[in-house]
Amino acid sequence: MENDIFQLQYALDTFYFLVCGALVMWMAAGFAMLEAGLVRSKNTVEILTKNVTLFAVACIMYMVVGYSIMYGGDIFLSTITGSGVVEGGEENATYAPSADFFFQVVFVATAMSIVSGAVAERMKLFAFLAFAVVMTGVIYPMEGSWTWGGNPVFGMYTLGDLGFLDFAGSGIVHMAGAAAALAGVMLVGARKGKYGPNGEINAIPGANLPLATLGTFILWLGWFGFNGGSVLATASVDSANAVAVVFMNTNLAAAGGCIGALLLAKVMFGKADLTMALNGCLAGLVAITAGPDTPTALQATIFGALGGLLVVFSITTLDKLKIDDPVGAISVHGVVGLLGLLLVPVTNDGASFSGQIIGALTIFGWVFVTSFITFFVIKMVMGLRVSEEEEYEGADLSECGMEAYPEFAK
Amino acid sequence: MKLVTAVIKPFKLDDVREALSTMGVQGITVSEVKGFGRQKGHTELYRGAEYVVDFLPKVKIEIAIADGMVDQTIEAISKAAQTGKIGDGKIFVSSLEHVTRIRTGETGEEAL
Repeated sequence: MENDIFQLQYALDTFYFLVCGALVMWMAAGFAMLEAGLVRSKNTVEILTKNVTLFAVACIMYMVVGYSIMYGGDIFLSTITGSGVVEGGEENATYAPSADFFFQVVFVATAMSIVSGAVAERMKLFAFLAFAVVMTGVIYPMEGSWTWGGNPVFGMYTLGDLGFLDFAGSGIVHMAGAAAALAGVMLVGARKGKYGPNGEINAIPGANLPLATLGTFILWLGWFGFNGGSVLATASVDSANAVAVVFMNTNLAAAGGCIGALLLAKVMFGKADLTMALNGCLAGLVAITAGPDTPTALQATIFGALGGLLVVFSITTLDKLKIDDPVGAISVHGVVGLLGLLLVPVTNDGASFSGQIIGALTIFGWVFVTSFITFFVIKMVMGLRVSEEEEYEGADLSECGMEAYPEFAK
Repeated sequence: MKLVTAVIKPFKLDDVREALSTMGVQGITVSEVKGFGRQKGHTELYRGAEYVVDFLPKVKIEIAIADGMVDQTIEAISKAAQTGKIGDGKIFVSSLEHVTRIRTGETGEEAL
């Protein structure tokens, strides 16, 4: 009887991991649609190709070497046998090992896809993919091993012992992705015509706001898997309660973020900017991701709203600093990712402000520096940016040889 | 034969089309264009950055008609397309040298 119950718990927890992992995979569709909607039509095919292929690259590189760097085990996931169990492995496993890989790999892909929006419209496709290989194979897994992996940072200190806590990855996934994005943006430069010679900031409106909105809603849905799955179990009263709280808070934070951003945009610009509202939803989600389990419903809403307010300030400030980010990725995931980390100690005694700050600096420092070096090497070897003429014609023609919205198709 | 070209506000297209069929015009060609006369553009906002939109969406209608119908056509279009506000558009009339109906090969006024 006990064994039956154990089997059921194992199966249910495994099922839960897999479904949540599938929801996070669905976020890739969200990113693809959001980015496709916010770039110009002549660059749409290229960004879609980038999104599809980076997901594939992430899955493969994490299987080849990333997972083993982050959590141990042999490369090529060879410790997991054909029947899905770990050779000579944990007898105390409460869910299938492949489910663990599956759940983790979609997070890697999420971190990687944050970079694609920030460098959109001017980075060469294959330069980006070359970076993706390094980011998903080494850079992310290293900082993942120091955080969720529990390993000391180059043997010096262990973040968990210092009071660092990041439930589903505001820092580990989102801020890390934004750090890489920032390195990329600095090295690839702004889009032609974005900043004028006298400090003007020129608008480059996105081609398809319905797609951008769809993308945001898809991300919102996928996020339930992102945060919900990070409870890591559901087959007990306690974990089921935790899962429910996480879903509820995740949803409320998104709502708070949307309203916060919308109202601030209205105050600052006089109009309701849809793209700011969309970024606001995502900012709310990022803000709660480090700690969706401990706040009350009202606190979660307020945390989300803070994310929404912060993201609007951040987007306009980055433009003033001539950091060209067509989709606001660095603001949504980086600036608000940091906020997410700092909000955790407010409702969770298991984390300390100093621990969060040390963790943030570690993650940001590692990812930014290694990404900068990687992008720099790629720049020297093959160049990062499409040529000026290719940029005017559109990356779709130069990188992909096709149009997203063909004018004269039958 | 004459070619009457009218640039009008997009939401007036249905009214103009109705007025033209009431007077017996059988065919028109419509295209979506952008333009400005003395109306000038307006300022829009995108993520905090202002930009000026000079070109406003308009609809261009082209009708090939017999010489005798020109004045009626101009009057019909004007009445239907007018709002009294700036940006109502313009009507141009040019000479049409030749018309062929592709299906039958008819030419001249029979092809109108």
